[in-house]
Amino acid sequence: MKNRSAFLLLLPGVLAICLFLFFPLLQTIWPTLGGSGYSHFLHSGYNRNVLGRTLLIAVITTALALGLGLPLALWIARQKASVKSLLSVVILFPILTNAVVRNFTWIIILGKDGVLNKVLLGLHLTQHPVTLLYTNAAIVIGSVYLFLPIMVTSLIGSVDELNIEVEEAAAVLGAKPWTTLTKVIIPQLTTGILTGSILVFAGAMTAYTTPQLLGGNRHLVMSTLIYQQAMTLGDWNQASVVAVVLIIMTVIVMGLMRLVTRWLDRRPANA
Amino acid sequence: MLKANNKVLVTISAIVLFFLIAPLIMVIITAFGTDATIAFPIHGFTLHWFANVFAQPDFVAGFKMSLIIALAASLLALVIGVPLVYALTRYNVHHQAWFQTLFLSPTFIPEIVIGFALYQGLVITVQLPLLLTLLIGHFLLCLPYVVRLVTASMVLMDEHIEEAAWVYGSSRLKAFLTVTIPNIRASLVAAFMLCFINSFNNIPISLFLNGPDLSMLPTAILNYLQNNYDPTVSAISVLLMLFTAAMMLLVEKGLGLKALNEM
Repeated sequence: MKNRSAFLLLLPGVLAICLFLFFPLLQTIWPTLGGSGYSHFLHSGYNRNVLGRTLLIAVITTALALGLGLPLALWIARQKASVKSLLSVVILFPILTNAVVRNFTWIIILGKDGVLNKVLLGLHLTQHPVTLLYTNAAIVIGSVYLFLPIMVTSLIGSVDELNIEVEEAAAVLGAKPWTTLTKVIIPQLTTGILTGSILVFAGAMTAYTTPQLLGGNRHLVMSTLIYQQAMTLGDWNQASVVAVVLIIMTVIVMGLMRLVTRWLDRRPANA
Repeated sequence: MLKANNKVLVTISAIVLFFLIAPLIMVIITAFGTDATIAFPIHGFTLHWFANVFAQPDFVAGFKMSLIIALAASLLALVIGVPLVYALTRYNVHHQAWFQTLFLSPTFIPEIVIGFALYQGLVITVQLPLLLTLLIGHFLLCLPYVVRLVTASMVLMDEHIEEAAWVYGSSRLKAFLTVTIPNIRASLVAAFMLCFINSFNNIPISLFLNGPDLSMLPTAILNYLQNNYDPTVSAISVLLMLFTAAMMLLVEKGLGLKALNEM
């Protein structure tokens, strides 16, 4: 009886996931198996370039988001409660604002007649407008802008748990701020740093809107390549191959995250 | 010790905050310029671009469609998600962790791949209507939020309160509706809000699932942006930011914004 109710309560969810997620995914994956799709994908230098660009952008974005997010998270955590809640609104607002809007701001800034070029020309740092938009750098800037708030939110949770007395002890023992940061603070933040980094990495690796708007047609990443193969070139099989490769990359990253968090959970508290 | 007034810390934080806020403020300003293309700083002052937003049929229809899909997908995720969370937290289900992973599995698949697979597997192969498939895609986006937030509050809630209701003769369903639901209300509202905002803002899932009469607001803006570079996009950006602010105010009044941080 008890098992029956549990079964009935779980059934709609299980059916929904199987029919609406696994079935379509199988429909996508199945035709790519056995054919020459994957070897074709990996033999093309163009595709390997796209794969490399995707990973490189994700790595640089994660590193920059961490480098910029950590100081901000530390600073926010050390503010009065009223300032802190105001700042958390400032951090949350972009996360909840449409990605098109957030990427659009960088079109205005980085464009040929954009704000940045006007400043550079005005200061006579350059004679001609610099190409900033539709470059790999533009994708990285847009991605950092998009994912930095998520990094900061992940970090603030860990930073709030920091014991300030440990830092005071380090100061009493003569540690300079930089030493305190690298030897005392960062080791205590491992969980937050890892969660934030993997969220940002997976997000940057699979994002569509940013590379589409800021990278243009010549700087494709895996997600924009899927769209181009399917909609522009009409090669649905090759699009499926790219999709499967992207799934595998995501599963590896997410699996790594589970392993690392499990490892951190098992670690004794004083390690 | 790293103090709040450490000069390096303050400088970096100020620059990063500027980096986060300045672009949004700049977009707001460009929405009021009189030039035919986006310029900053602006010349003159006009509200023409806001009027132009409402003169774009794609934007108006897209807004309605996004609103409908976001509402329907969020409700559907709650209707399917809450019972399964109840089963996983209140019954002794075998392979509980396995089920948990199953219901969070949409988060393991890149959104663009979900949209692509739904188009191929459901629209082309099974001939499911586009609108229904779009709803399914957004439901898949929402379900993990419901599972995560509601599980957290079901685990925190004292089971004995429900058991007390049963002892006093209440049926399991009645106890759930009159005792459990009021106790987990905050997480239900938070889950609904997160689902709604994320569905409303989503692009990758809707990308493959649009047709001549079916366009969501974000994809409509994306299309417009590919052919035009005028302050209409700035104006609709301002409207969307107001929309976000209104949602945040709503959550703040009801639950406090902390509820949304548990993403």
